[in-house]
Amino acid sequence: MRTEMEYSTEVEDYKKRRKLQIFQKRMKRYWPFYIMLLPCVIYYAVFKYGPMYGVIIAFKDYVLTKGIMGSPWASPWYKHYQYFFNSPYASQVIGNTLIISGLKLLFGLLPPLLLALLINECAKKWYGRVIQTLTYLPHFLSWVVIYGILIALFSQSAGLINMLIEQTGGASYPFLTSPDHFRTVLVGSEIWRDTGWGAIIYLAAIGGIDPNLYEAAITDGCGRIKRVWYITIPNLTGVFVMQLILKVGSILNAGFDQIYILSTPQVNSVSEIIDTWVFKEGLQRMNYSLSSAVGLLKSVIGMIMVLSTNKLARRWDKGLW
Amino acid sequence: MVKGKSDFVIDGFVYVTLFIAGFVCVFPLLYVLSVSLTPIEEVLKNGGFVVIPKSITLEAYQRIFKQRLLPTAMGVTVYVTVLGTIINVFFSVLMAYPLSKLDLPGRKLLMNLVIFTMLFGGGTIPTYLLAKNLGLMNTYWAMILPTAIDTYNMIVVKAFFENLPSDLFESARIDGANEFRVLWQIAIPLSKAVIMTVGLFYAVGHWSTYFSAIMYITDEKMYPLQVVLRKLLNNNPELNMNVDVVVPTQTMQMASVIFSTVPIILVYPFIQKYFTKGVMLGAIKG
Repeated sequence: MRTEMEYSTEVEDYKKRRKLQIFQKRMKRYWPFYIMLLPCVIYYAVFKYGPMYGVIIAFKDYVLTKGIMGSPWASPWYKHYQYFFNSPYASQVIGNTLIISGLKLLFGLLPPLLLALLINECAKKWYGRVIQTLTYLPHFLSWVVIYGILIALFSQSAGLINMLIEQTGGASYPFLTSPDHFRTVLVGSEIWRDTGWGAIIYLAAIGGIDPNLYEAAITDGCGRIKRVWYITIPNLTGVFVMQLILKVGSILNAGFDQIYILSTPQVNSVSEIIDTWVFKEGLQRMNYSLSSAVGLLKSVIGMIMVLSTNKLARRWDKGLW
Repeated sequence: MVKGKSDFVIDGFVYVTLFIAGFVCVFPLLYVLSVSLTPIEEVLKNGGFVVIPKSITLEAYQRIFKQRLLPTAMGVTVYVTVLGTIINVFFSVLMAYPLSKLDLPGRKLLMNLVIFTMLFGGGTIPTYLLAKNLGLMNTYWAMILPTAIDTYNMIVVKAFFENLPSDLFESARIDGANEFRVLWQIAIPLSKAVIMTVGLFYAVGHWSTYFSAIMYITDEKMYPLQVVLRKLLNNNPELNMNVDVVVPTQTMQMASVIFSTVPIILVYPFIQKYFTKGVMLGAIKG
């Protein structure tokens, strides 16, 4: 008779063998998938997680020749943050980031909605389509090209607007290099570039509205304005609030590409944002540790904001549908 | 439906406002084009540029080609765009396909690790130091490898794969096709539209490449179009193409802008519907 011990080891053995069998069977089916994933996993490990390891130089005094490991730890560990927050840059770049983002949020949120409403109300469908195609063309222009366009229109020496001003007896004005107007240029060029693009999502939402609602409204004697006001717009508030929430979540991203490319030294005081400062501090002045430290802080706060606003958006979404 | 008087007023308002919107979006480009074609005599006569010049000249464009600065840069951009887009699409599809298999062991962990990179990253400077240590400085790979897969685009492709009917894959497997063949002969042909859309987004991104170039490229001969154009627009004296004053500086600059935009404008009418599709995919799956 077998003892309890022998019996249980046999069961264990069986379980192990069974597990191995299942594993082998699974691997036989799944190995091609892992082969496909391999180069992609390497990519993510090197280029996405690599910099996350590299960011520890935020807490070191990084010396290029000594490498990440060899460089000495900063003392105290928050040395670079201390320096940043004691410098005049901190309030300036954080302030600029929030102001520029806030202005873009305030003025950029409505135009796509309005454009979508107009296109939807357009009786001739082909006309609406042509206008739509034209309005999202600017989205595909690079910021360098848009900079060129801005020069053509607004430069002090030969810009069209300034020539018109001079012809009507006014004095030319340096729109692109004046700290008073540079933020207007930023907000305006962003609206110009992305209104048509942003309208697409509203047009899709309009397309999803139940046509019976409009039928019923017509039978009830609602005019066009009333239909827009009582049917179309209420059906778009969901998308609208989503856009608002998502934009608030990325408020620390004031538009690095745009600002870096459009700004000139004259307007630095109103246009230097966290991202451009980090870029210049790191790559031009080679303060790698300091710039990494500020970049890290921005990433962490940015992540928290995106996560919390996403949560808010999800709750809103549930409450709505 | 009977139209009342107010309907005509509304229609009129809608047409006019939409016309203005379309005009505002297109006019700046047309004006840039017009400046690029304006001969110096016109500028002197009018005391500046006009919206519609009475005579036009291709002098500025001839100069661009003679000077070779922009054509060389465009060569770099075309090279990076073509090679980069092929690599982007290849790896995005290669990653999206296995991750679209809901029963793949470890899928959830991988997805979480991938999505995390959308929320958090090491930042510009650590990425720069990494690329530098990998020996990517002054290579075209620097403009391609660090952005080989865009997580968002990859997830769009994955979502599309997930919605393909699984019976198709199953029957192919029963016929003895391995997963590589299933991907190549069934999944990809069925997803042409979405792959095209994602590919176009990647391509436009490469065409606008600016920052990876100013970060990783110091050899001016390797500069892509956008970097050279930015320098020209800044009146950079070392790049000043205007040795004599037969062509005004601004005309040269605007001709350069048009030169860099023409490829996008040329393909735009044919591909714009894919872009709209791309936004929709993102909106639904986002």
